[in-house]
Amino acid sequence: MALALQTFSTVKDANAALKAAGTRYLGGGTLVVRAVNEGDVSVSGFVRSTEPSLSAIAVSGGKVRIGASVTMAAIARHPDLAPLARAARAVGGPAIRNMATVGGNLFAPAPYGDFTVALLALDATVSSDSGELPIETFLATRESNHAIVTAVGFSLPVEGGFRFLKVSRVKPKGVSVLSVATVLEQAPDGTVSSARIALGCMADRPMRARAAEKALAGRTLTSDGIAPALAVASDGTSPATDPIASAWYRTQVLPVHLGRLLLG
Amino acid sequence: MAKVPVQFTLNGAEKAEFIDSGTTLLNALRDKIGDTSPKGGCHQGTCGACSVIIDGELRLSCLTLAETCNGAAITTTSGLSEGGVLHPLQRAFLDAFATQCGFCTPGMIMAAKVLLDHTPSPSREDVVEALSGNICRCTGYEPIIQAVLTAARSNSQHAA
Amino acid sequence: MELRKSYFADQRKDDLHEIGQPRPRSDSPSHVTGKTAYFADRNFPGMLHLKMVRSPHHHARIRSIDTSEAEKHPGVVKVLTAKDVPHNVYTILILIQIGPEDETVLADSKVRWKGEAVVAMLAETERAAQEAAAKVKVDYEVLPAVFDMEEALKPGAPLVNEYHGQNHYLYDSGECRKVRFGDVDAGFAGADHILEQTYQSSPIEHAPTETTGCIVAPEGNDRFTCYTNTQAMFFTLDNASIILQMPGSKLHFVGGTVGGGFGGKVDVIVEPIAILGAKLTGRPVSFIYSREEEMQISSPRAAEKVVIKDGVMKDGRIVARKVTGYTDAGAYSRHSPYGAQKGAGHYPGPYTIPNVWIDTYCVYTNRTPSSAMRGFGVTIGDFALEVQMDKLARLIGMDPLEFRFINAYRDGDMKAHRQPTEGAALIECMQEASRAANWPVAEKYLSMSSYAKGA
Repeated sequence: MALALQTFSTVKDANAALKAAGTRYLGGGTLVVRAVNEGDVSVSGFVRSTEPSLSAIAVSGGKVRIGASVTMAAIARHPDLAPLARAARAVGGPAIRNMATVGGNLFAPAPYGDFTVALLALDATVSSDSGELPIETFLATRESNHAIVTAVGFSLPVEGGFRFLKVSRVKPKGVSVLSVATVLEQAPDGTVSSARIALGCMADRPMRARAAEKALAGRTLTSDGIAPALAVASDGTSPATDPIASAWYRTQVLPVHLGRLLLG
Repeated sequence: MAKVPVQFTLNGAEKAEFIDSGTTLLNALRDKIGDTSPKGGCHQGTCGACSVIIDGELRLSCLTLAETCNGAAITTTSGLSEGGVLHPLQRAFLDAFATQCGFCTPGMIMAAKVLLDHTPSPSREDVVEALSGNICRCTGYEPIIQAVLTAARSNSQHAA
Repeated sequence: MELRKSYFADQRKDDLHEIGQPRPRSDSPSHVTGKTAYFADRNFPGMLHLKMVRSPHHHARIRSIDTSEAEKHPGVVKVLTAKDVPHNVYTILILIQIGPEDETVLADSKVRWKGEAVVAMLAETERAAQEAAAKVKVDYEVLPAVFDMEEALKPGAPLVNEYHGQNHYLYDSGECRKVRFGDVDAGFAGADHILEQTYQSSPIEHAPTETTGCIVAPEGNDRFTCYTNTQAMFFTLDNASIILQMPGSKLHFVGGTVGGGFGGKVDVIVEPIAILGAKLTGRPVSFIYSREEEMQISSPRAAEKVVIKDGVMKDGRIVARKVTGYTDAGAYSRHSPYGAQKGAGHYPGPYTIPNVWIDTYCVYTNRTPSSAMRGFGVTIGDFALEVQMDKLARLIGMDPLEFRFINAYRDGDMKAHRQPTEGAALIECMQEASRAANWPVAEKYLSMSSYAKGA
């Protein structure tokens, strides 16, 4: 079957077209065009929507809504999203960032999908025409997702509350060994009152480090304070062995990098 | 097989073709329009050899469908020199021995051009970051970085 | 750049006009303007695209191949199997009388590595070729596979390649290349210390940015132009001539422009089957490796294992060196019998040692066939040798650079291969390295020369 691209002005019409067998949604192309180039003959058609809301960024009252077609480059240069710039810039080189979208990143298999690790730590919601899902629920069921993701939403973290780290072997830019994002809130005495820790490349999709989050509660961000969290950082992880790193290596270095991020 | 029309400017010249729907911009440029300066090194967005400039932004032509570029202004390395005079970046790459096998060169020059268009006096770190999506397997990065810095300096001298 | 002209000043006139001078590269102007014509920059009307159906198994017998569904797929023009290839069993070094022919262009009765070519699909578009390739049905009987060289050499190991009859190359010297010099056992017996160490390496892919490929165009008079990025033009032409049973005069090869090679483009893999496709269809044919094929299918540098046993005196002299080298050829010879032989020619390294014993084996396993890559047969050996030199120096408490001065070969020394050393410059290189790296050595080493013995 020859390939074909269908373009629709509304998400609704694009969703209808996606019901046809073999169709895939075309965002920035960095996942689906790549798959076709690599000989994935299960893809027989691309569908996209040019609905303007997909490309919009809205920030008001501490709430953020990013349209699914917004690129990593657009996030990185948006003045109100400065805390997220580091995570957006962690994705690919400049050309990839001009193409790769927030929506696509949600579907990127490990070792890709670094920005989604940030969204998971931010406890984002994922919107489509069928409603809104917590990102963790969305990620767990993303293969069976059939509605076009239209936006992600989250609350802006307090100043300095969001941290992100991507570890790669090639400088300045390479595929992830792993990535870590944290959203921490601290009590006036400096102890951690709440923590969300998200990990990339430690499973087939981004995951929360629940045990480490729990172990961090009530502790200070010192070497001694974070030690219990680091000790359980890899609880529940199941990293892949791939050309970038072995599962063993990822497990061994995770506490090191999490420690640097928490103390940094 | 459905043919679709595409129309854009390539290095300032209008181009119109009928292509198979789903054709990448890389294949359209190389096979239909005859501009073979963008190279296909990986077709997966990893090597940067296919880099072109679309409406002022660096893009990978191997992952861009040609029909999404209707109305766009596309620049490739083959269009940089004017009247036989090399663009300052091309001159700098040549003078700095920044080419070895040459396969990554057109993509490198595209990435460097976008950088200098937006950041006329880049730092070394800016250059390294701008080229971070382009692989030179001959590992000639240092001369390439020097070439971009040299081109930036020669540009600012022209401006002065 | 500084030219240190004091070394070997009596051996040349001081009239260097080019060395040390920047000269423009002749290929740079076309590189920077994007005009350099790589093989894939040719485009012909009606060009067909070739995609290979590859073995999903490391080792298997082929019971049957059913291409009937694939042949009916829209856009498919020709499907090639082993029976279509005039001289299907070949080996590239046959050109210099290194046999036996041991590799199939398209697998006939067996596949010996995961990724081996089985069926060639020729279609109007890449997409049609990919879709049709997915419809080819190959019935395999999976066989036990062996991936480790030592396992492969054990009695009872699965036989990888029937054309050899055993899992190693059979040289005219026997199961390995051998060097015997002096009396290595006597040397060990008289040594103050003995150190035996094992070094291993994994396969390394060249990863050129331009993948392996060629485009073939029929000239209309039973002659074919092959645009290729091979690093070995006439070598490829001659092998294609054998495989296709066509006189070389019918093959017109155009190349020399390579988007990165590093030794990875010296096998004869894509050209013969693409020419055959063009011949049987009368149409231009493009066969270009995908990135995945470049990484997984094209031959890497061989994995090697090197066992070095040295006898050394407290004063720093190495008195005996025994090296056993293993080169993992993968399933087929390609350049590996030569690589293993080069190893034998290279050990014991640039050192003068009175008692030397060297065995190098070329071993067959069910891994991707390995082949040439920058200094193959020597590079990994050098790594092993120089790590061993550092360990020996540490063992006897000597500075590693001074230890090398003591053992460095010099003009007139008899090498283990019974070739007198001439033109050695190791002493002088190390003297300069000592200065440049600010790694001081005793004055007596700085007054040494490659010309004469005696520090």
